Amino acid sequence: MSRIAGSETEVVIGDLRRRYVPLISTIFAMLLGLLPVVNSSLWVPDLAFLVLVTWRLVRPEIWQAQVALGLGLLADLISGAPLGQSMLLWTLVFLGLDYADYLLGVRDYWLDWTLATAAILFHTAGVWYIALLMGAKVSVLVMLPQLILSILAYPLVARLVLRLDRWRLAR
Amino acid sequence: MAPPSKRRPGFSRRAQYGVFIGYLVAVAGCLIAVLLLAIAIIDPKGFQALRTAAMDVTAPISNAGRSVAGFFSGIGDSIGDYWRAGSQNAELRAELETARRELHSRQALEYENRRLHALLGLAQETGDEVTSARIVSSSFQSPRRFATLAAGSGSGVTAGMPVRSSDGLIGRVLETGRWASRVLLITDGASNVPVRLVRDGTPAMAVGRGDGSIELRTLEVGQNPFRRGDVLVTSGAGGIFPPNIPVAVVTGQAGERAIAQPIADPGRLDFAIVQPIHQPAADGDLNAARPVTPAAPVPAPPQPAQPQAQRPAQQNDPRYQPALQQQAGQNQAQTQAVPR
Repeated sequence: MSRIAGSETEVVIGDLRRRYVPLISTIFAMLLGLLPVVNSSLWVPDLAFLVLVTWRLVRPEIWQAQVALGLGLLADLISGAPLGQSMLLWTLVFLGLDYADYLLGVRDYWLDWTLATAAILFHTAGVWYIALLMGAKVSVLVMLPQLILSILAYPLVARLVLRLDRWRLAR
Repeated sequence: MAPPSKRRPGFSRRAQYGVFIGYLVAVAGCLIAVLLLAIAIIDPKGFQALRTAAMDVTAPISNAGRSVAGFFSGIGDSIGDYWRAGSQNAELRAELETARRELHSRQALEYENRRLHALLGLAQETGDEVTSARIVSSSFQSPRRFATLAAGSGSGVTAGMPVRSSDGLIGRVLETGRWASRVLLITDGASNVPVRLVRDGTPAMAVGRGDGSIELRTLEVGQNPFRRGDVLVTSGAGGIFPPNIPVAVVTGQAGERAIAQPIADPGRLDFAIVQPIHQPAADGDLNAARPVTPAAPVPAPPQPAQPQAQRPAQQNDPRYQPALQQQAGQNQAQTQAVPR
């Protein structure tokens, strides 16, 4: 890739890439939930949430908390979850991470993972409780495989997002 | 060096207000989301148009990738089968034993059934389906167990209809879009299916556990009549599921409750059959349900004959008036007197 843009179009494309790669990658992760997989037990991590939280931890400055509202609404519509579930949980996670940034200042990789773990714990508990309110009396143990796999999947997703971020900002 | 605070965009008042308004929007949005959730809990059918429209848009995506995923899930299954080969072999052998025994008794029953049907002049129940369609995806990232069916109201599917495969019951339709509908699988925590034990007809409730298994609850307290390998079929109680669709096989006990596995594995099957609601009045609006004309009353056992003169003939007549009884009695006496 040449360092100097050859034409106006290249500048526009670079600008679009810089702006929209985080958004599009998150929406792509949502669409992965539409994969025609029919399995009867719960162990696949909620990829959209994982990608969203990773982007938020890697690049705190690109999204304000209200972005999670719109993305949450989209996720609810795509996944068929009760409307408001992801809107509420994702926005609360963003607000919590904003507060954590305010308290902590500098983060390193391990602190990122810890924060992601806290966010995943909160999200899993929230999803379980909302399912309970909706009439699905499901044991908490059902959520356990997904919870553990989500926490373990964070480093992988973080590497993926970092690579995307490098590509996004490449000149 | 500590990086500058990312949340404080500098000394510009305008930029600071922007951040503040952002937080205001986020908090207000959270409140709206809580409201939406409350609506979803109180009235699950709220915003149905929006939700089903989204389903209509997304179902074709799943449908297109169905064959690819079938390939991948096949790989997963074969790896799992390889790991569990030993225990599975013993399990399958035991299952085969019981199945063979059941087959023999079933053949006898089938013969008897056919004979009785012929006696009653009843046709075999066939053609009893609204439509058949592919199951294209499921909510594999959430604790709820929904599946998406590639047929909607355009094919005559309405909410509440039972969905089955050739193996057994899959679930029931929860909401329908134009071209797709959402199915509540029998393994979902909110699914209750009235079943009965094939062996002795004990009624029970099959409640999903959310992890792919089903819990069986008897209607009598302190009893656990289920044994490993027992087969459960729908009982037809409640009027939504037609009777005698295979539902689950008992796989084990957990204390007082029995755990079963569904017979129809929605991950394996390609096509599902949507059937009409067994007794439509069971799922309909209370006011829409028509009163059923009661059957003629059973005639009372014969009473010992009473003297006719004591009871005027007009007693059943709505125009009967006690004041005229005297006169009527006289008339009756006359009518009785005259012909003799």
